[in-house]
Amino acid sequence: MLGLPGIPDVLDLGDAMILAGLPTAHLLVLEITPAGRAALHLPRLEVGQGLTTAIAMLVADELDAELTDVDVPLSDGRPELLFNQLTGGSNSVRSLYDPVRAAAAAARARLVTAAAHRWNVPASGLRTAGSAVLAPDGRRLGFGELAADAASVVVPAVPATPKPADQRRLVGRPTGRIDARDIVTGRAEYAGDLQIPGAAPTVVARPTTVNGTLKSLDASVARAMPGVLAVVQIPSGVAVLAETFDQALKARDALRTTWTPGPVADLSDADVRAKLRAAHAPFLLPPLLTPYLDGEFDFAFVNHAPMEVLTAVADVRPGRAELWFAAQSPIIAQQTIAAELGLPQSAVTVHVVRGGGSFGRRLFFDAALEAAQISKAAGRPVKLMWTRNDDMRHGRMRPASHHRIRATYGLGQVLTWEHRAATVRTDLSHGLGEALTGAGFNLSVAGISLAQAFFLLTEKNPYNVGIPTQLLAELPLQLHTGSWRSVYSGTVRVADEIMMDELARRMGQDEVAFRRARLRDAAGRALLDTVAKAGDWGRPMPAGQAQGVGYHEENGGRVAYLVELDATDRANPRVIKAVIAADVGQVINPRGLEAQLTGALSDGISVILLAGNHLDNGTFREGSYADFHYARQRNTPPTVEIHLMPPSGAPGGAGELGVPAASAAVANAYARATGTSPRSFPINF
Amino acid sequence: MPTHTFVLNGRSVTVDAPDDMPLLWVLRDKLGVTGPKYGCGVGVCRACTSHLDGQEFQPCTHSVKDCAGRTVTTIEGLADGDTLHPVQEAWIDCDVAQCGFCQPGQIMTAVALLRRTPDPTDADIDQIQNICRCGSYPRIREAIKRAASGGNP
Repeated sequence: MLGLPGIPDVLDLGDAMILAGLPTAHLLVLEITPAGRAALHLPRLEVGQGLTTAIAMLVADELDAELTDVDVPLSDGRPELLFNQLTGGSNSVRSLYDPVRAAAAAARARLVTAAAHRWNVPASGLRTAGSAVLAPDGRRLGFGELAADAASVVVPAVPATPKPADQRRLVGRPTGRIDARDIVTGRAEYAGDLQIPGAAPTVVARPTTVNGTLKSLDASVARAMPGVLAVVQIPSGVAVLAETFDQALKARDALRTTWTPGPVADLSDADVRAKLRAAHAPFLLPPLLTPYLDGEFDFAFVNHAPMEVLTAVADVRPGRAELWFAAQSPIIAQQTIAAELGLPQSAVTVHVVRGGGSFGRRLFFDAALEAAQISKAAGRPVKLMWTRNDDMRHGRMRPASHHRIRATYGLGQVLTWEHRAATVRTDLSHGLGEALTGAGFNLSVAGISLAQAFFLLTEKNPYNVGIPTQLLAELPLQLHTGSWRSVYSGTVRVADEIMMDELARRMGQDEVAFRRARLRDAAGRALLDTVAKAGDWGRPMPAGQAQGVGYHEENGGRVAYLVELDATDRANPRVIKAVIAADVGQVINPRGLEAQLTGALSDGISVILLAGNHLDNGTFREGSYADFHYARQRNTPPTVEIHLMPPSGAPGGAGELGVPAASAAVANAYARATGTSPRSFPINF
Repeated sequence: MPTHTFVLNGRSVTVDAPDDMPLLWVLRDKLGVTGPKYGCGVGVCRACTSHLDGQEFQPCTHSVKDCAGRTVTTIEGLADGDTLHPVQEAWIDCDVAQCGFCQPGQIMTAVALLRRTPDPTDADIDQIQNICRCGSYPRIREAIKRAASGGNP
């Protein structure tokens, strides 16, 4: 029996984002300096995904430059790029692969043409290597020596088209990060490390419940404390500026504040779960004479918790403002901050600074907006830092969700598959809606919300399971939410994959064979075969241990995880081995891809076994990594084996790909090791 | 305001600071030494891990007064000029870093571990508490083993 393809088979979120960005995709800036360095000004954010290295490899290959001669600085916010400066949706390599190569190939053609003019020889006889143009007689001109001439070449005398794959030296070869030395020596600078003159260390006192408001303030003691420079009020709280963060934090503790409870102050986890259960649309198919299997799943709120807390430097002066922060959506940030300050957009400069992790957190510019408000109110530059506690209690969360799945089956076939997802509303107001509209989606005509559009563009069942239907119900709550690495797939597809295991067992079939027989994508079947073989699927395991698999495809990539888990101590289950196989089309940097897949495994272990956030009467209980149990070394496997399929076709996205499959493999291994059917995640919460 | 003198990365420094100011903010806000990162402020994430008299410690939970007269080494003081420490080399060889924010602390923790335990087992490495939110743990493990074996895994 065949299933119906979902919308993402035809057009996925990434395709839509590429469409939106196409009109400005050629506006990349590649600069060759007189010193011979090639700088590709990247209209994206580096947060650890290794993008700057992948882009440097593409540039170096097309230019025939040494990799060490290529720099990839992050562009300031460039409003003329419209929808083409949004880092998200695992879309950066997919959307930049062609434009970056085209820009570098064009630059190479102009450098060659400039050399031909200089030597007065035919350009067609020249070649490039090692950041230089070479003549047949052995003469050599470095790119730096040709930069000025090349800039005035209008019509290159040699083709400006990217190379065929077999002539590339770097793409596809495992390559270390271009910023590795800066990182290991402590020289890599994040927003909090910048020394912007006069920027006062600043923290904000926040309400006792989410979205509470200030009722009363007595700052007299705080203002008199050593080092305190100012105390100013902003909509989200009370800012304290001081000479050091220590003094700002101590003065913040000395503020006497009372707060009006926020709009969700009477809500706790149990209430949210009950509301989610009540939000579902009913199943279409009541069980009649057909055998069926139902499953219900709860996923907790999960904080993004990037290592670098939200930090932003703002310098707001009369008539202009300048900001420095790790921005995934700098154009929307610039527009919003300009409106907030009453300035024209052109008077606001957003400098994009590398970020210490994100996982979706930096799609929003919460700290930058506050920093701008504070700098304006205090009349001086500020360096605002959210403490870890601030971001745990008032930051954004992967929304809690509830899933109800019903599969009907008969005669060895899955006949129908209904998935009802109910989630606390995900805030997607970071420029994605504008991009989708730019790509031609008229959400109001379609009569669906942005979240529904996102859900439809990303969620699909990859198996032939009869007629799959997937519906999203959103619970609007005034909580801070946001996309968390892999967004809806991080729960929807995990629940599906757990059900695939349970249905296989119900139907008396092996979990891997059951998937393999139904997976529509041949490349996906090859991945299942690879992990089953390399991971010795089905090998006898000691009591309390088991294997588990998970599969996922999205954003032009596909991946299978097989993990072995030891649940002998149920309070401390541990994944002891992982075998991963991935096919993301053309891989730029296999080492970078492996890093993403390994990180996704760590996420899967965390959200399934350990890490979540409790809502208690309108405030989140967890305050730091002491009680938000993101995986540590002891929770992750000593052995991780990764198999990458040979490159084919266009590059797929890989930043988020691994999370659903890894999460599912961990959950399925736990179920098999314990003989239980876990329904609520994280399991040890 | 009291003054405190200690050795920082091989050089004697004197700062004016309240006795109870955590060393992390003395380093970052008064001395401009930003390799040690703030990740929690309560000694849990260990992104600020540095060395006090050669032992790993968290500057976010040690006051400047407690460091007076002692020797502090941050990530900036680990290399010998342009010659990296073998653990830094191993980190590059294994391409450990993703976002990089926790890595100064991870490296300082690994250096201290290898001083105590030159040939650590997996169980020894499991004792490391430093968070890496990017999940680079397998490569951290690989890099520690590589450094332990003198760069030849």
